[in-house]
Amino acid sequence: MKAYIRSTGNISPQHSLNTDSFFLTRVKTSKNFFKSLEPDYDDFVDSKMIRRMSRIVKMGVAAALTCLRNAGIEKPAAILTATAYGCLEDSAGFLRKMIEFDEQTLSPTAFIQSTHNTVGAQIALLLKCHDYNNCIVHRAFSFENALTESILLLQEGIGPVLVGAIDEITDDRHTILSRFGLYKKKGTLPANIAGEGAAFFLLDKEGGNHPQAILRDLQTIYKPEDSETLQRYIQEFVKKNGLNMSQIDLVLTAHPGNAKKDEVNDQLLKTVFHENQCFPFRSLCGDYPTASGFALWLAAVLLKEQKAPIWMEGMKFPLKNILIHNHTADIHHSLILISAC
Amino acid sequence: MSEQPFIAGMGIVSAIGNNLPANLQSLTNEKAGIAEMVWLESNHRGELPVGEVKCSNEELADSAGLSVRLPRAALLSCLAAREALQDAGWEKGAQLRTGFISANTVGGMDKTENFFRVFSKNSAGGKLVDVVNHECGAVTELTADYLGIRNFVSTVSTACSSSANAIFTGARMIQAGLLDFALVGGTDALTRFTLNGFNTLMILDRELCRPFDENRHGLNLGEGAAYMVLANEKGMKQLNKKPYARVSGFANANDAFHQTASSPEGTGPFLAMKAALNHAGIHPADIDYINLHGTGTQNNDIAEGTAIRLLFDPIYPKMSSTKAYTGHTLGASGAVEAVYSILAIQHGLIFPNLRFQTAMKELPFQPVTACLKNQVIQHVMSNSFGFGGNCSTLIFSAA
Repeated sequence: MKAYIRSTGNISPQHSLNTDSFFLTRVKTSKNFFKSLEPDYDDFVDSKMIRRMSRIVKMGVAAALTCLRNAGIEKPAAILTATAYGCLEDSAGFLRKMIEFDEQTLSPTAFIQSTHNTVGAQIALLLKCHDYNNCIVHRAFSFENALTESILLLQEGIGPVLVGAIDEITDDRHTILSRFGLYKKKGTLPANIAGEGAAFFLLDKEGGNHPQAILRDLQTIYKPEDSETLQRYIQEFVKKNGLNMSQIDLVLTAHPGNAKKDEVNDQLLKTVFHENQCFPFRSLCGDYPTASGFALWLAAVLLKEQKAPIWMEGMKFPLKNILIHNHTADIHHSLILISAC
Repeated sequence: MSEQPFIAGMGIVSAIGNNLPANLQSLTNEKAGIAEMVWLESNHRGELPVGEVKCSNEELADSAGLSVRLPRAALLSCLAAREALQDAGWEKGAQLRTGFISANTVGGMDKTENFFRVFSKNSAGGKLVDVVNHECGAVTELTADYLGIRNFVSTVSTACSSSANAIFTGARMIQAGLLDFALVGGTDALTRFTLNGFNTLMILDRELCRPFDENRHGLNLGEGAAYMVLANEKGMKQLNKKPYARVSGFANANDAFHQTASSPEGTGPFLAMKAALNHAGIHPADIDYINLHGTGTQNNDIAEGTAIRLLFDPIYPKMSSTKAYTGHTLGASGAVEAVYSILAIQHGLIFPNLRFQTAMKELPFQPVTACLKNQVIQHVMSNSFGFGGNCSTLIFSAA
């Protein structure tokens, strides 16, 4: 179960569209949400079309087109999108109007663009791509399950596959999730901050010219019984791929990246990961269910460049193998193993 | 296609019945389930007919032994999925790997609507319990937890083709050796969100829908849930059961024409049907029955019909849209119609396209109008096409 990452395209709270800028400057936020640095979309799509697109669609389309451009290909053989929340801006927009106008005299536009597959559909429409197109919407497994499907397609001889993770922050999402107590409040200790992003990857059976990295394996673990079981899963996963923990040069962890206590992660740092170099990737992109898309991008960039951004002090190189461990509320755990070419 | 997954069990809740036998009975008795709205609380009650499951949320929750605070889609899903597992004789804790791949389009939107009634006026208002299961994936997990499935869980959402894609995702995983059993299908409950959304598109028929009729005026929305247990040979051995059929082919294509409308020439539907035939290694003439997507809208039926003409002319298999029975169950429709396709194979039945009167002038064929019995059915094609140009075709074959 492996695939080459031929190229990436990532719109995130960091300067991820431009590797040089990313290596020079780390973007921080003083708020409890981390919004993407959005490019000038006119560079990607006709401005008339842009005006009709919601923010998540614009981010997704621009990231996907960047990914294809970076690989120098026009059309993939399959398009897979992963989103936990889907097109929230349009869903909530239609819902609010429906309530306000008492189910009368509504415009269809927001409804039309509210379906979860809108980003993948718009990419297909722009590319005139009639091939395979699917959308996975399973919370913090959305992106991982889309990757699994991509690898199965490649095994069947369908490739290259364009696969991406997209989720957006909206005012309503932020207000509601804040009420669940997910994010830090003013004046309290640092804690999770909300995040968003659109990270796309072109996966292929062969590397092509200068592939970025090799996606070696991945696994999802739904509601592990306890920390010991989780640790066993992690060790078995690494072993199954012919490695031992000391050969994992970097673990990208799901820590919020600050003082917030996270029992699940802390336990892993004390046990399976205790000898490994670790970095909390969510400190760069915030917290959202498809954040493992950002982590995979970060891993691919570090493996290709073999150097640390100037703001990432003390990171030891060279890097051969990176393990991404993501988890949300101890319900969805995922492991992604990625190696240098 | 390498080892073709077997279909070992089925479960369904729809406007024409709360379980598999009830659905079969309504299908053969030509009894539609579309009627005036009773349970959905909408201003369009009395004006737009719908295919409701004939139970209140309280009754559904009671049957499932679950809380009435859960989304209706989750209650429907739990009932249909439980029936499918029981039908297959699947038992929790078995050593083989079981995955659950479901589909829906609006998750717990029915409860989110209640939340937003308050929240839209006061951002500190609304009960959080009403949004905690908003996500599509949450509805799937409520069902997975109810059934005790943990090896693999996933949710697909590609509008009206969602559950067709969930079905072949499970088939693909079985073929790749990742799972021994895959519980696959989908669920969607009627919500004001979808009812009003389709109403603004002006594609809802104010009378009972008439798919593939020259004088069709749009679709009726429906709701329901349907699941099938797919198994590999090892799985079938453990169940010690004769399979209903096999998943013999599937394909997915994109129309790449418009966010909601189908291309007039039916590019996406044509590509999906053709690729599914190739995948199954059979020819158009081998298909004995097509369960049409057949929504009853001007646009879908001409696009689908044109694609069928292009692919099948001059020998047409028997065809019908069972949406005239159930209404369009959106994220569940691919699975509802997959179950009907397998019932057709199992019982040698071809279900009629209810209320059909006049053939479409552009098409040289017309659907079946009365229930045909004692048919020999080897291969059935089932179509599902959705917003975003997502087109999927499944082929089921006698085991």
